[in-house]
Amino acid sequence: MYTYVSLIIVFPFLGFLINGLFGSRIKSEKVSGIIGTASVAIPFLIACSIFIEMLGVPAEDRKHVVTMFQWIAAGSLSIPVAYQVDQLSILMTLVVTGVGSLIHLYSIGYMHGDKGFWRFFAYLNLFIFAMLNLVLADNFLLMFLGWEGVGLCSYLLIGFWYDRKFEKSTTSDAAKKAFIVNRIGDFGFLLGMFLIFTTFGSLQFDSVFGQAALFEKGNSTIFWITLFLFVGATGKSAQIPLFIWLPDAMAGPTPVSALIHAATMVTAGIYMVARSSILFALAPATMHIIAVIGLATAFFAATIGLVQNDIKKVLAYSTISQLGYMFLACGVGAFTAGLFHLMTHAFFKALLFLGAGAVIHAMHDEQDIRKMGGLKKYMPTTYKTFFIAALAISGIPPLSGFFSKDEILWKVFIDGSPVLWAVGVLTAGMTAFYMFRLVTLTFEGGERFDTHHTHPHEAPKTMTVPLVILAVLSIVGGLVGIPLSLGGGNSFERFLQPIFEKAEMKMRLPYHDASAIEYMLMLTSVVIATSSILAARYVYLRRTEIAARIAARFSGVYTLLFNKYYVDEVYDAAIVMPIKKTSETLLWKGVDVAVIDSTINTGAKFIGFMSEIFRRVQTGVTQTYAIVFIAGILFVLGWLIVW
Amino acid sequence: MLSLLLFSPFIGIVLLFAVKKEQTTLIKSIGLGTSALSFLISAVIYYYFTSEFTGLQFIEKHPWIEGLDISYFIGVDGLSILLVMLTTFLTPLALLASWESITVRLKEYVAMMLLLEVGMLGVFVASDLFLFYIFWEAMLIPMYFIIGIWGGKDRIYAAVKFFLYTMAGSLLMLIAILWLANYASTLPGGHFTTNLLTLYTLSPSIPMNVQVWMFLAFALSFAIKVPLFPLHTWLPDAHVQAPTAGSVILAGVLLKMGTYGLVRYCLPLFPLASFQFTPLMSTLAVIGIVYGALVAMVQTDVKKLVAYSSVSHLGFVVLGIFSMTEEGMQGAMIQMINHGLSTGALFLLVGMLYDRRHTREISQFGGLAKQMPVYATFFMIVTLSSVGLPGLNGFVGEFLILLGSFKSLFLGSVVYTVVAATGVIFSAVYMLWMYQRVFFGKITNAANESLADLTRREIAVIVPIVVFIVWIGVYPGTFLKPSTSASKQVVKLMQAAKAGELPKANFSIK
Repeated sequence: MYTYVSLIIVFPFLGFLINGLFGSRIKSEKVSGIIGTASVAIPFLIACSIFIEMLGVPAEDRKHVVTMFQWIAAGSLSIPVAYQVDQLSILMTLVVTGVGSLIHLYSIGYMHGDKGFWRFFAYLNLFIFAMLNLVLADNFLLMFLGWEGVGLCSYLLIGFWYDRKFEKSTTSDAAKKAFIVNRIGDFGFLLGMFLIFTTFGSLQFDSVFGQAALFEKGNSTIFWITLFLFVGATGKSAQIPLFIWLPDAMAGPTPVSALIHAATMVTAGIYMVARSSILFALAPATMHIIAVIGLATAFFAATIGLVQNDIKKVLAYSTISQLGYMFLACGVGAFTAGLFHLMTHAFFKALLFLGAGAVIHAMHDEQDIRKMGGLKKYMPTTYKTFFIAALAISGIPPLSGFFSKDEILWKVFIDGSPVLWAVGVLTAGMTAFYMFRLVTLTFEGGERFDTHHTHPHEAPKTMTVPLVILAVLSIVGGLVGIPLSLGGGNSFERFLQPIFEKAEMKMRLPYHDASAIEYMLMLTSVVIATSSILAARYVYLRRTEIAARIAARFSGVYTLLFNKYYVDEVYDAAIVMPIKKTSETLLWKGVDVAVIDSTINTGAKFIGFMSEIFRRVQTGVTQTYAIVFIAGILFVLGWLIVW
Repeated sequence: MLSLLLFSPFIGIVLLFAVKKEQTTLIKSIGLGTSALSFLISAVIYYYFTSEFTGLQFIEKHPWIEGLDISYFIGVDGLSILLVMLTTFLTPLALLASWESITVRLKEYVAMMLLLEVGMLGVFVASDLFLFYIFWEAMLIPMYFIIGIWGGKDRIYAAVKFFLYTMAGSLLMLIAILWLANYASTLPGGHFTTNLLTLYTLSPSIPMNVQVWMFLAFALSFAIKVPLFPLHTWLPDAHVQAPTAGSVILAGVLLKMGTYGLVRYCLPLFPLASFQFTPLMSTLAVIGIVYGALVAMVQTDVKKLVAYSSVSHLGFVVLGIFSMTEEGMQGAMIQMINHGLSTGALFLLVGMLYDRRHTREISQFGGLAKQMPVYATFFMIVTLSSVGLPGLNGFVGEFLILLGSFKSLFLGSVVYTVVAATGVIFSAVYMLWMYQRVFFGKITNAANESLADLTRREIAVIVPIVVFIVWIGVYPGTFLKPSTSASKQVVKLMQAAKAGELPKANFSIK
């Protein structure tokens, strides 16, 4: 089956071409939708069969590289379009195509009636195509193609409704912001690649990682490589300081948020770090930076999530926060734990966004949770699945999020530090709190909207079926990674282990047996999560005035959080405006027009002026010439006589 | 064969004499037909071109001024073949694009375009310095008239500025050419010659203090053409005033003559001086990249924006050349083609909009995506090509150039690359911001409500370019291959010169 890996890539691209070129002539939502969905579902099936085949062979035979053709070759650079199938890439492929096809299916219902229906599916397919290139590439440059490709698709999809307003600006502003901020990250990725190439003479994973294993830990070149790569990761995976595009990304249709900004695209950074684990393992300094940035982002985004009133915005910040967790895991060397959380998060976050989409759909594009409430009786399926997802993200056992989050926290505690762990647990508590604030305000209590005008209803089948499937995955998805301490075999970790073998050898992390501490930590985080949930339910169901009182009491903090620490405003004032002003007044009207051009024009004018003077010498009148001629003779004669 | 190509546009010019000026369709057909014929001839040449061979091919050599060893000597090699193709490719498209927009003095217009084509081809195939200089100057004349007669409001100003700027540079080059030819005669057993291949073997041994002046004389002329910061101010004016076809050719082909000249003449003729000026040239290139992008960002006229973006893109090419690595050199070669395609396409697209609305002010537009979806789609593809999205052509060139300059021992510092790479960010900023203001949002200007989408003719103009934009992006090998051995040779030469072995390289011909 391995040889069919190219089909995994080809199908979404075909889907993109068919819908993109002929979509306007197909004129049938059904056909466009089915083509779009099938182009992702078929690759999922292929990936499944590859996965099954892979399980049947010993670990050392699980990697295959399939080369398609030579892409760019010049000098000593030679980059093929080649796909590498191994444990890590097949896992990512399964997540991308699996969750991806559910989201495609959901979109058939969600985008019903939209004039750009076919265009939407074309973009979605293109996105999947780019993402698959990213995760299956066998070299950094092809990965970069996918890397920028998903950036482009998010640009196209965020700005899908290009004539709409979004908050204080427009959807196209949000789209542009996403692309440009991603580009800043890509700048780092590019520099990282250049440095890799000059250091290892190649961009192929095999060659680079093979050589890297011979390097000493703490090598300064490797430090710079990993640092640059991580800059790329902060862009794509929305970490401090480049996270600002993600909250705005919700300007696009909701399935876009689910697909791109929760389940797949933003995980690219994690994947890249995990893929290059050997490099990162050699650079402890970068690892510390990653851990700290990850945790800071997790914490900081969670605090913002506490006070937002837009259903999608809460979810957006929770995504940033959860991604922070994954980086935290990578930063302490727990790559498997990070990927485990990546997978479970893909399930429940896609579910949350799709559920939110169903709500927004039912509420006629209302997104403010203060104007909702009591929706559970109108849309029971959405409510139940949303509730499950919220429990999962809060880390309540035995749902998927519990296992992955606890794995991270445990690794952070033993391989990182108790302080990191403490902040992590605190963040988990906040997560549970704001998630249930969201659930309660949206679905429970009384209706806070005009029931005469708004008649919420359950979403159609194409939308609820994906919700149910994702809910099941959110419940059982964690079972593949039950830790030894809880009697499981952690088959997830064992499956991925060969990928991180080299990195782990370099890091020489001590081996830990399940211990009393692990149970203690587990218990602590479950208690904190549960009490946060109960607190949220108590406050927002019974005593809403408490929230208002706290907000009033700490109005400074509240305003700061509500306005997201004014990061956008600061960036705007400190970076965007100065560049714009300098370019316009200093560079263009100053240097270009006033200095360079006027110097040249003055030079030209001076020559023109001189010519004007000399021109008078040649009047063309014979008499004048005669007079000058005679005067000259007289002058010369006079000169001779006098002397 | 090559002469046939070079003078094929004359067929059209001769035919035009026989046509009355009222027969507009016929005139246009002659122009299009002739330039298409030239393209076919060049395609045949391309087909028989041997990529593996390093030296000149398809050479033709006839004595011209025998006593001075000046000859009609032409040929193509890996450095010029793609530029020849680009010229013959863009000329018919430019003519097709001006099918309806040019109404006055049509016959003269078509004749000028064809004449221009001869001049451009001549510059790329000339292998004799004197011949090169003739074409170099000759090409100015039709361009001068194209801007001056069929241009916009301030066309005279722009045309004169364009002319004088370029003249100023090329006069110094003429002096340098004469000095060089004379230098050959001062050597034992030597004689006055403008044969490029002979001079290649002689000139590197010119004393350093003279070489510096020679380099400067050539480089100034080329730098103006590129245009390299701070010699670029003729460009925005020329572009804004030129008619669409003029801009397409100007950006698409004429600017490449500057960068081509650097590779063909400056580096191999004066390697030692080139090393000395590498920091200066690279610095100016990098300034151009960032400066061009920043100034492009704040333009209010789409054409001016594209013009400044050219300053930025061509900065990449110059950086690639002076990296003197195979990657950088090949990146520069392909980036010349890329820029010709994507900027050519941008000017064509802007022209289509101008034909409809007679303005290019960004603020006049907005929301066009709804009214002109096909147009918006093509514009998006070309925009993405221009910002260097992987999978499209621009990326291949930019990546190779940046990679080459990063590893270059000649540049000796990664700072150039790091600063240049910010151009990747800024290009996204100015292009996407412009795109947003033109295409997104609601239609606010009533004049845009009745805009018609592209006609079949316009689609026919743009599709061929888009095909190559994708082709080069996905499978650049086709276009990297012809320049491989020639780039390698230039790099080798420079390395040898650096190592103190003055080249006695064998410049073969075929």
